[in-house]
Amino acid sequence: MSTLDKVVEILVEAKDLEADKITEASTWDDLGLDSLDTVELVMNMEDAFGISLEMTEDMKTVGDVVKAIDAAK
Amino acid sequence: MSFSILGTGSALPERVVTNEELSHMVDTSDAWIRTRTGIRERRVCSSETVTELACQAAAKALTDSGCTAAELDLIICATISADYATPSMACILQDKLGAHCPAFDINAACTGFLYALDIAAGYFARKADQKILVVAAEAMSRLIDWQDRSTCVLFGDGAGAAVLGAGDGLLAIRTGAKGSIAPLYAPSSWGNSPFYTGNSAQPYLVMEGQEVFRFAVTSMVQTVEDVLAQTGVRKEELAWVLPHQANIRIIDAALSRLKIGSEKCLTNIADHGNTSAACAAILLDEANRAGKLKKGDLLAMTAFGGGLTTGACILRWDK
Ligand SMILES: CC(C)(COP(=O)(O)OP(=O)(O)OC[C@H]1O[C@@H](n2cnc3c(N)ncnc32)[C@H](O)[C@@H]1OP(=O)(O)O)[C@@H](O)C(=O)NCCC(=O)NCCS
Repeated sequence: MSTLDKVVEILVEAKDLEADKITEASTWDDLGLDSLDTVELVMNMEDAFGISLEMTEDMKTVGDVVKAIDAAK
Repeated sequence: MSFSILGTGSALPERVVTNEELSHMVDTSDAWIRTRTGIRERRVCSSETVTELACQAAAKALTDSGCTAAELDLIICATISADYATPSMACILQDKLGAHCPAFDINAACTGFLYALDIAAGYFARKADQKILVVAAEAMSRLIDWQDRSTCVLFGDGAGAAVLGAGDGLLAIRTGAKGSIAPLYAPSSWGNSPFYTGNSAQPYLVMEGQEVFRFAVTSMVQTVEDVLAQTGVRKEELAWVLPHQANIRIIDAALSRLKIGSEKCLTNIADHGNTSAACAAILLDEANRAGKLKKGDLLAMTAFGGGLTTGACILRWDK
């Protein structure tokens, strides 16, 4: 499973989103997620990928997170 | 090394402060506060003192338990916002209630009530047949900076109490700490010492919200799993979960990780905000008075707070 697919799966499970609405270009705003949702998602990603991830200002899209995860692996 | 809860009580200040009112004091809105925290309003001390609230909560708990103050063997107060550094809040209560027993305060921030129950369990291990009054009371309004929107919207004032007696209702309790100043602190004042050369910090509460959020979710999940494992109680057997009332988003995130449905979770954060140590005791009393607790019900209580401290317990409601 690609990192993107896994991230989408996590988003769908944790936040009740529809998978086909999520693309690499989706921003948190597009997905209706606020700063606390992203904190929670980072925790979920850390558990799922066994990495430690820092949520930064320039991680604005799903694609940014996928890149950060691949870099941390 | 166990006890049963014989009675509970709580008391809140008269003054209600709504989100709307706060939005005239700092740059915030009802919508932001509700969606980020689940808080609608909180009670804040105006003419009453936190000692008075503690006293009222304790008196109600004694009445509910059918015990008199003279029967008490110990009073423990959990607080970080007492009216006096000395005498302790517990000593003042001893006087006002008419008790004759030892009395002292403890500081474990928002986990204070659970730490106090753990200490009480130690006293019961030494002598099974006794009565202990545990009070958690806070005036968080004296610690927060009312010009800082990132913290002043979160907290409230209040007091809760429980009378403990001989029994085996406490099935397991676990407390923990991960000592660290930065995530959440409120400095003490240096008074007017002419010798102190360091910076005199304002006694306001400072918090790294997102770091505390992460700690809170992780520790809530872990401490509850721990006490469940220790007792062999299964999640399905729990009647209620009573989590620390810091942020509904923390509670939701932790429950979903624990795979416990929100219908099993008691909350009052919408009306009271975060009353630190008092949260757990007020929540327990409100559930008791609302008739939600049936004899034999298994309750999981969990808290986290400044310190950083954590705690959880499994209690059987024996009343
Ligand atoms: C405090 C808490 C609600 C803040 O939520 P958050 O999503 O982390 O908020 P942030 O600090 O990232 O702020 C997000 C934005 O909202 C703003 N904001 C903060 N408080 C605000 C308020 N009361 N009203 C409106 N906006 C506010 C911030 O300035 C920030 O704006 P910006 O993005 O333009 O910079 C949250 O972190 C939390 O609850 N943490 C746990 C705290 C806790 O439990 N403490 C008690 C322990 S016992």
